[in-house]
Amino acid sequence: MFVQPSPPLWLLAELTYRCPLHCVYCSNPVDYTRYGEELSTDDWLRVLREGRELGATQLGFSGGEPLMRDDLETLAAEARRLGYYSNLITSGIGLNERRIAALKEAGLDHIQVSFQDSTREMNDFLSSTRTFELKRRVAKMVKSHGYPMVLNVVLHRLNIDHVGQILDMAAELEADYVELANTQYYGFAYANRAELLPSRAQLERAEEVTRQWRARVGEKMKRYFVVPDYYANRPKACMNGWGAVFLCVTADGVALPCHEARMLPGLEFPSVRSRDLRWIWRESPAFNRYRGDDWMREPCRSCPEKGKDYGGCRCQAYLLTGDAANADPVCDKSPHHSVVSELTARAKEGTVNVETKPVLFYRDDETSRRLSAQGKKTTV
Amino acid sequence: MRCSSLTVLAMSEETVFELARHYRFQWEPAQNAYVLLYPEGMVKLGASAGEILKRVDGAAPVSAIIADLERAFPGADLRGDVTEFLAHAREKGWVRVRAA
Repeated sequence: MFVQPSPPLWLLAELTYRCPLHCVYCSNPVDYTRYGEELSTDDWLRVLREGRELGATQLGFSGGEPLMRDDLETLAAEARRLGYYSNLITSGIGLNERRIAALKEAGLDHIQVSFQDSTREMNDFLSSTRTFELKRRVAKMVKSHGYPMVLNVVLHRLNIDHVGQILDMAAELEADYVELANTQYYGFAYANRAELLPSRAQLERAEEVTRQWRARVGEKMKRYFVVPDYYANRPKACMNGWGAVFLCVTADGVALPCHEARMLPGLEFPSVRSRDLRWIWRESPAFNRYRGDDWMREPCRSCPEKGKDYGGCRCQAYLLTGDAANADPVCDKSPHHSVVSELTARAKEGTVNVETKPVLFYRDDETSRRLSAQGKKTTV
Repeated sequence: MRCSSLTVLAMSEETVFELARHYRFQWEPAQNAYVLLYPEGMVKLGASAGEILKRVDGAAPVSAIIADLERAFPGADLRGDVTEFLAHAREKGWVRVRAA
């Protein structure tokens, strides 16, 4: 019997792969330069309508850098009219007084500004730009226009020792929420994993610093954590399950059950250019492939926790075990768990010294073409 | 639903509540429920919570909300439910007391 899936709650619109930053942990696919033309404004307006009809309430404008699209204000206005709660997920680059006022007028609900670090040196090193001061000005502008602000910092070996200063910076900039997102190893982050994976000692120090900071400062600023799942013994409940609540549409119009799923072989992800979101969400083979638990093998199939973590992440299972239908090897019940434990055992101790200049793949078009030509899904 | 006696004491029937900044309250046909939307999240409200929050408009005191609900649902004594829910909603940061 076919059971109607519950509605998607989150629609993530990855409006463009263009980006002025070159962050070494970027989750965009390393071969993003292979993908075709961006969707038009009319395509996006239709996607927003169809997503809302399906029941999506939260809308993220992401990328790349969504401000690279000059129709962002048009899309934000339509989002508000349709009843979405909309979020601009931005590096801050491209935001100025004129655009932020226009977005407010359009009805954009909140803004998430990313920082790479609390120091100019590391922020600029990790993004290969000089943007730290500009980001600080943008954060102040976001607050002065009355938006709730989420300050997002992706954590890894090269900045996690700064977590106390990062929290101080978020408080100083009057962030309403701070998201400390431990790096998820996909895309460019996977290519750079050896340099980015923190050690267990670093993680424990960071947790202790965060705990002390909370005891000192209190709960005024809400905090979100993205867990360092390589160090967990159970997998994350990735996307709350495949095709359960999350729907991503990429710059070139491909619909995905998570931002990373395009890497998975043997799945044909539908395009919004040829199909409507209702069919894509409910009927498409790709969105049904790992929905529910019929697809599971052991140890997931008989696991009492399968309704809690849904077997973890399909992309991580594919990247680390070669088969997306395996249990996420973060789980210590997985027969492949040693892949993860050997990586964490080898993790380097931290450095916050930019002078040592670790060799990293930057997210730029040339690197993307080079990695694509080598046929590397991601690994080094 | 639990709430601390302190919060209850700090509310009188003349208190006027409004939605907290950055929260939006709306009906969601796909959920068949009222919801509260806020950065990165959504609360799906039960039927009675939805009926109460629908009346939180930054103008009506608690007493007026109770009276209106008792008109809409005759025969029920809703005073306790309403004050308890509003105390809970304030603890959660969904509503705040309007400044006089």
